Amino acid sequence: MNRSRTRLLAIPYIIWIAGFTVIPLIFIIAKAMTDQGGAFTVGNLFAIFSPIHRKALIMSLSLAAVSTVICILIAYPAAIILRESHIKKKSIILFILILPMWMNFILRILAMQMLISNNGIINHILEVLSLPQIKIINTPQAIVLGMVYDYLPYMLLPVLNSILSIPQDVIEAAQDLGSDRLHVITHIILPLSLGGVGSGITMVFVPSMTEFVIANILGGGKILLLGNIIEQEFTVSMNWNLGSGLSVSLMAFVLITTLIFGRGNEERAGGFSL
Amino acid sequence: MKKSRVFGRIYIALLMIFLYAPIAVLVMLSFNDSRSRVVWGGFTLKWYVALFRSHAITEALWTTFTLAVLSSIIACALGLLGAIGIFSMRRKNYRLMLFFTNIPLVNADIVTGIALLLWFVRFLPLGFTSVLLAHVTFNIPYVILCILPKLRDMDMQQYEAALDLGASGTYAFIRILIPQILPGVLSGFLMALTLSMDDFVITYFTKGAGVNTLSTLIYGEIRKGIKPELYSLSTLLFLIVLILLILVNLPYDRLFSKNKLETR
Repeated sequence: MNRSRTRLLAIPYIIWIAGFTVIPLIFIIAKAMTDQGGAFTVGNLFAIFSPIHRKALIMSLSLAAVSTVICILIAYPAAIILRESHIKKKSIILFILILPMWMNFILRILAMQMLISNNGIINHILEVLSLPQIKIINTPQAIVLGMVYDYLPYMLLPVLNSILSIPQDVIEAAQDLGSDRLHVITHIILPLSLGGVGSGITMVFVPSMTEFVIANILGGGKILLLGNIIEQEFTVSMNWNLGSGLSVSLMAFVLITTLIFGRGNEERAGGFSL
Repeated sequence: MKKSRVFGRIYIALLMIFLYAPIAVLVMLSFNDSRSRVVWGGFTLKWYVALFRSHAITEALWTTFTLAVLSSIIACALGLLGAIGIFSMRRKNYRLMLFFTNIPLVNADIVTGIALLLWFVRFLPLGFTSVLLAHVTFNIPYVILCILPKLRDMDMQQYEAALDLGASGTYAFIRILIPQILPGVLSGFLMALTLSMDDFVITYFTKGAGVNTLSTLIYGEIRKGIKPELYSLSTLLFLIVLILLILVNLPYDRLFSKNKLETR
């Protein structure tokens, strides 16, 4: 193939990247580094550490971290159970686990609110059974529940993909050499599935770190995450410079975590092609 | 061993309940005669009838569909050309291009949305066009990442053989290369469709007033209280997706080869 001519095919895409990825990034950084009068400042970038926003930053980081860990703790055993199960068509199980993603996520979070609110469905059932009521709505726990519920498929997909693709030969070889079930999991499956867990971590951590809809609905507007504060700067307070500054610092945090955990974005895309 | 299998079944069952309970709630509500969210007022189909009379909902549905289809087609066209172009680049440029491709993927939606908003307000009235441009932007990387592995696995010898046998470059490209990467384009297209239909944050920041997709319509109604028609709409959409996916996943091969297996 005439490579130098084929390369030209990328020109429309390069123009698109320049126009809709690079220029917008320059704009948001420029906005972040000026004040409302247009003068240069770095105050907006460091506003994330100011006493008002520090609380939201810590809350966002910790809720995102807790949600990510819970997602791993749920998804990993599920993947191992599915691997060891005798179900012939594993793709059907995958399909059932992914299917909820096709229902609008705001509606699903609203349904979760109806389930767990103080006079919600779960409490009605508990009342009939004369069991103690749950009081979880409008707490950080409720937000974590919502995040785990919404982002679990993003963890399940890559983890399942990486665990299901480990060749059976490798495991049998370990068993022949005397490994028991636990040893197989810790010495064969775990190291071979770390890539999947890594992309799962990015895919859960990044959205839950920057999310504002779940916090609005399940936190009752009482718990502010960074996403909520940024959204309010753009829609209520109308301080776009501060909003941009917070976004850029948020982007820095996200970049750091993806550099630590995120490898193989192609796995990420491959995770969806069942 | 038996005990662990029972445990495994219970675990998967609990997981299913967790994932499907909210969906069951939405489906129930779509048939609920009472406007209350927690009281069952009897079975009705009136929300399904009302759904097709609601101008706001049908319009948002139409916007969502056109956006998804148009942005996926544009993303696939640009992404296909882009992926082929990137693939034939030298190592350094190849990596540079992948780096830029990854930006919208790695970046948080809220940052992408705000960055596009800040840029669009300079030259474009916010509306359908700005949302379309935004959707194409976040769809292209997924398309490219679906196509690149196919290009890597491609059999270039066939292409060269076609050229040796007198095919023109364009003809060989269409007859040999395109069929080999078509599955990648298709899965990229499906992913783009799904992402576009599901997006809320980027649409929210780039849409301006007047345009609504289903997500932004629902978000706007949270404070007023969700119209029950939306429950019936989401139930319908869920059913359509379910049926489509079942049709795609049916084990046709086994259905048709059953006789062969029995005679063997």
